Amino acid sequence: MAKAKDTVSRTIMVALVLSIVFSVVVSTAAVMLRPAQIQNQNLDIKTNILSAAGMLESGASPQEIEDTFARFDVRLVDLDSGTFVEPSQVGVQDPMKYDMYKAASDPEMSTNIPSSEDKAGIKRRPNVAKVYTLSEDGELVRVVLPVHGYGLWSTLYGFISLEGDLNTIEGLGFYSHAETPGLGGEVDNPRWKALWHGKEVYDDNYSEPEIRLVKGGVSPDARNKEHKIDALSGATLTSRGVQQLVNYWMGERGFAPFLKNLREGEV
Amino acid sequence: MAGASAKQVLFEPIFSNNPIALQILGICSALAVTTSMSVSIVMCLAVIAVTAFSNLAVSLVRTQIPGSIRIIVQMTIIASLVIVVDQILKAYAYEISKQLSVFVGLIITNCIVMGRAEGFAMTNPPFLSFLDGIGNGLGYSAILLFVAFFRELLGAGSLFGFTLLTPVNEGGWYVTNGLLLLPPSAFFIIGLAIWGLRTWKKEQVEEADYTLSAHKVKEAF
Repeated sequence: MAKAKDTVSRTIMVALVLSIVFSVVVSTAAVMLRPAQIQNQNLDIKTNILSAAGMLESGASPQEIEDTFARFDVRLVDLDSGTFVEPSQVGVQDPMKYDMYKAASDPEMSTNIPSSEDKAGIKRRPNVAKVYTLSEDGELVRVVLPVHGYGLWSTLYGFISLEGDLNTIEGLGFYSHAETPGLGGEVDNPRWKALWHGKEVYDDNYSEPEIRLVKGGVSPDARNKEHKIDALSGATLTSRGVQQLVNYWMGERGFAPFLKNLREGEV
Repeated sequence: MAGASAKQVLFEPIFSNNPIALQILGICSALAVTTSMSVSIVMCLAVIAVTAFSNLAVSLVRTQIPGSIRIIVQMTIIASLVIVVDQILKAYAYEISKQLSVFVGLIITNCIVMGRAEGFAMTNPPFLSFLDGIGNGLGYSAILLFVAFFRELLGAGSLFGFTLLTPVNEGGWYVTNGLLLLPPSAFFIIGLAIWGLRTWKKEQVEEADYTLSAHKVKEAF
């Protein structure tokens, strides 16, 4: 028996049949489950956006999240000029379908950041970013902007949400990172995230973003306390990364031109 | 293994022949995914499913597999099952699959799965092999949950995400033990578990490779 099944032709046959059977199994699973997975991913992103915008009620059902999210306008913004672009210019119909992180690795759709200016440590930046705005009665009340940058171990991806004055922070949250649990991983701690609420990105003349993560807590009579957030204890590098990435994305190379245009009502 | 009963095959791996504690297999994922109970449970279910079904599949085709490519055949079966499990998790348990990230994929390289396919399923009938897979999955789960229990309770002050010991940084009294959230702590807990198990079941103690002889030569110091 050992002889019969060890011939070359037999070996090739078994390998072939096995490959075919299992490729069918795997591809069937992948195709059948694809819609549910895409739905999950989209829901996850929407949840994170709402959470940054301070509009996520705990225990909200997927339907409630969809409904709340539907009140937001999804727009694409050219980062250099700070103006809205049509989805068709980046080759999509629905702005939700545009993936700015995929675009960042496409030479046609992104630009290199000179290392002297690459505070966030991301090397390339997409030309067009996806932003979420919420208007109520014709007045802008929330702008949610995607941010990402390097912490200690990993790139942190998240959203920052500004109030209608385009200066006061409503919330900041990261949906993907691999910082040390318990130390840098505390970027996910709701108590720490709550510290960002009400802080101001810019000073009066809106020149440079001024966010600082400081050690030892922010005392009530500290100078510029509206720009200061208590850094994470035991996570100096993650805190520095968060500070740099927020300042990068709020700066000239990030969303500053867009926010300036919005503020002056030019877009 | 001849004449092993279904009950033996199913329950022996839990304490008497535990894949992690006795055979010291599958340690890597036991370190990585045990920071919280809920994540560990999903990982355990994934491993049980993969070991059981890969054992079943390998056992079904065991008489057909040519000896020269048997490891590749087993790997193909295991890898396919792992991909299917990963896809299912992504579709129905998205949050947890995000936390498990690469570790679901790494079940492919989990020595327990491969070890059972090669060591048991290749020489035993399908039903027994299936039970053996479940049994070994349960053995793996027992250790994983034991480790996760201590790591989550002492490291984060909670179990299944419910806070039991309110940590200091949330305004409570409990100073969380950060070490327990890091992978090395699982070594200590697994070590203690093995110590406990071998104190209880003496027959698991391995014979020493050598014995210390008495110290006779007196040297100046």
